[in-house]
Amino acid sequence: MNVVKTKYKRRSFLKASTLAGGGIVLGFNWLQGCKAPVDDTWNPVSKIMPDTWYDINSFLKIGENGMVTILSPNPEIGQNVKTSMPMIVAEELDCDWDHVVVEQAPLSSSFERQVAGGSGSIRSAFDTLRTAGATARQMLLNAAAKKWEVDVASLSTSKGIITNDKGENLSYGELASEASVLEIPEEVTLKEIKDFSIIGTDRRNVDLEGILTGKPLFGLDTRKEGMVHAVMLRPPAFGMKLKNFDAAAASKVDGVYEIVEVEGAIAITAKNTWAALKAQKLVNANWEVDGSLENTQQHDETLLSLLDKRNDKLKRDDGSVTQAYSEADEIFEKTYEAPFLPHNCMEPMNFFADVSGGKMYVEGPIQTPSWTQSNLAEAFKIDKENIEVMMTRMGGGFGRRLYGNFVIEAAKISEKVGKPVQLTYSREDDMTLGIYRPASKYKFKAAIKDGAMTAYEYVGSGVNSARGVTRENWFPAGCLDNYRVDSHNLESNITTGAWRAPVTNFLACAEQSFVDELAHKLQIDPVKFRIDLLDRAIENPVGEIDYEPKKLKGVIELVAEKSGWGNNADGVHQGLSAYFSHNTYVAEVADIVMEDGNPVIKKVTCAVDCGIVINPIAAKNQIEGGIVDGIGHAMYADFSFEDGKPSSSNFNTYRMIRMVEAPEEIDIHFVETENHPTGLGEPSLPPVGGAIANAIAKATGKRLYKQPFINSEILG
Amino acid sequence: MENYNVNINGKSHTVSADPDTPILWVLRDELNLVGTKYGCGIAQCGACTIHVDGKAVRSCSMPISSIGEKEVITIEGLSENATHPLQNAWREHDVPQCGYCQAGQIMSAAALLKENKSPTDGDIDAAMHGNLCRCGTYLRIKAAIKTAAKNS
Ligand code: FES
Ligand code: FES
Repeated sequence: MNVVKTKYKRRSFLKASTLAGGGIVLGFNWLQGCKAPVDDTWNPVSKIMPDTWYDINSFLKIGENGMVTILSPNPEIGQNVKTSMPMIVAEELDCDWDHVVVEQAPLSSSFERQVAGGSGSIRSAFDTLRTAGATARQMLLNAAAKKWEVDVASLSTSKGIITNDKGENLSYGELASEASVLEIPEEVTLKEIKDFSIIGTDRRNVDLEGILTGKPLFGLDTRKEGMVHAVMLRPPAFGMKLKNFDAAAASKVDGVYEIVEVEGAIAITAKNTWAALKAQKLVNANWEVDGSLENTQQHDETLLSLLDKRNDKLKRDDGSVTQAYSEADEIFEKTYEAPFLPHNCMEPMNFFADVSGGKMYVEGPIQTPSWTQSNLAEAFKIDKENIEVMMTRMGGGFGRRLYGNFVIEAAKISEKVGKPVQLTYSREDDMTLGIYRPASKYKFKAAIKDGAMTAYEYVGSGVNSARGVTRENWFPAGCLDNYRVDSHNLESNITTGAWRAPVTNFLACAEQSFVDELAHKLQIDPVKFRIDLLDRAIENPVGEIDYEPKKLKGVIELVAEKSGWGNNADGVHQGLSAYFSHNTYVAEVADIVMEDGNPVIKKVTCAVDCGIVINPIAAKNQIEGGIVDGIGHAMYADFSFEDGKPSSSNFNTYRMIRMVEAPEEIDIHFVETENHPTGLGEPSLPPVGGAIANAIAKATGKRLYKQPFINSEILG
Repeated sequence: MENYNVNINGKSHTVSADPDTPILWVLRDELNLVGTKYGCGIAQCGACTIHVDGKAVRSCSMPISSIGEKEVITIEGLSENATHPLQNAWREHDVPQCGYCQAGQIMSAAALLKENKSPTDGDIDAAMHGNLCRCGTYLRIKAAIKTAAKNS
């Protein structure tokens, strides 16, 4: 039996208040008359709201009619945690999912790690969410035992109903009031995994109805009393700053209120977004050089030259690579390159802020509400207690919304003009004022002796990558005796940061392309080559490793089986890639056919080991999305700087993948397991670049070393 | 500013706006119909797609002054009770991830199905070419369009 203590993180299980009366915004009975248009499992409109909600703990409240509200603690960026996290609570509460409504929780000390990042929400919160549900269930059971005057052990629950051994029933709704005032149990029993009835089943996105009917869900949809719209004009290049400006012409635009200097830039407030955008173009600003004006060409040269340097302190140095080189018949060496990338969330950066009287309320799309609250506290020199942060649904995150610089801007504008403000980035602002994926390069080397690999080495270099651009304790660490890894950094004033699957979004492509080319060079099947290496790490790993070689082997074998590896139809060229990231193991096989001399990606087969799958329909959506996104960026995404100025500012010159370029089919297979769940927001992206590059190599006999692939002669 | 009488989702509204104001911002900022999204402002992403006299139009690039008597339909007015075959198909396939691009995707698809009851893959690719989805939901969008075509 899986008994857990509630003491740990007990704060989360305390009630926000003893009784939340009045049913807050949801307490209307008019919904009773509405009939759901289709199957109502995903339609909140079909749900009948109670008159009174009883708070059971911070995660949930139950109405007198049995409806359950579950608060989803983490920010929703499209990774679907707003559905999957409440599913975990509902599972242990043992209620009927049809009777659940989900609300986004605000930033609150009742919850831990309210972050959307690192594919970590489910992995970190799984136990807490289960305990929250189980604690509530136990309190309902205790209330029923008291009412019936029986031993609680004689009672059972199912779909929100408690049954005693006489066969009598009480619903959660009938017990909610009593349960809400009971002591929190010291320990609770969690379900056996085999008894799960919500986890592991397909549940539709809880915001689906709102999305399909255009409800205000996103940051840019925020509308508040007295709110003004704001747009900013910022320096046109990294390394420049504002000298002075003349706002005379801009002020004449109908609907413009104030034009003020904020945070080294110019903020325009207006009655509506259009007036602010128009005025932005009419502000006559002078900029001056304030730092280096950098160029991609210089970055490329420096990053390449760094690949031939050796740090005194290496990231990893097993055996003697130098000696293996000296004894080798050949040293096989390849270099891989990738550019800066903007995030291009479909919803541009924006935020609402209302600052007045030493207090502030901010609301909008942010992946890191807690960190942002701290940054606001510091920027405004006020206590965190005076800063309320609310998260909206986000039109994408991809790492960009980890950095709340736009929240500070919105708050500074609100403070300056003394009004509630919604700051909007135009697409041009969004793309040119990015916190970009840093450009990076890698050199991979292998020593070959008597037809076998005797050493493996890679060196990486990246912009603003002081923490390194390598994953030295991952594959092929542990797989061979002589193994060396080194990493170099190039500082730049171009702002950079996390971008979906930081570092590995390109490292995986480089590594898996190299491993594949090496296997072909050694005339070993790429599946066998990897598995032979992994077998060594499974049996007797060399040094410390931070991945489980058995799981990596498992997904490679599964994808080989499901993709028909080695038995592909005539004209179909397959490429394999496998990668571990964010605690999840993913192997992918891309099928490519040549049409009119051009490679076309027909299908990607994918095997995933992410532990228990919470919500398969959404889990697959994440994996499909990561694959399409990964293909798009590997193939088309090009971004550079000239004199500190970004090369593109909108989608007319920056190419994003479109429907016609996506594979026709993505076939996903999960490894069946009862292991703790891991994340899925990122892990399917890193391997896919390698899978398509390897398939293209098979189809054309030519290798791709530089992203975006579209610029290569093979595809151009 | 000038006053315009516009017909949106079957209702007539009077709005006062500069003639060059894109209908997108009139919808979002004046009429509080925020289902139509801003993504690029230059007719490159499709997030702002609406119907004008039944045709898919990028509302970010159509000034209010050019609307005249034409009938505008937005995602909010696509169907009564959200029962358009595309909305049902979107449910079946659980299409959205972040959801931001989806109103535009649905409006583009709805214009396609109006003209072409059983589109081929090529027809769908062509009609949807102007709609970006950073989350990469293209396969589900395509599958849902086919489902909707079958069910309508
Ligand atoms: S906002 Fe209109 S097409 Fe992008
Ligand atoms: S669902 Fe996020 S952009 Fe399409």
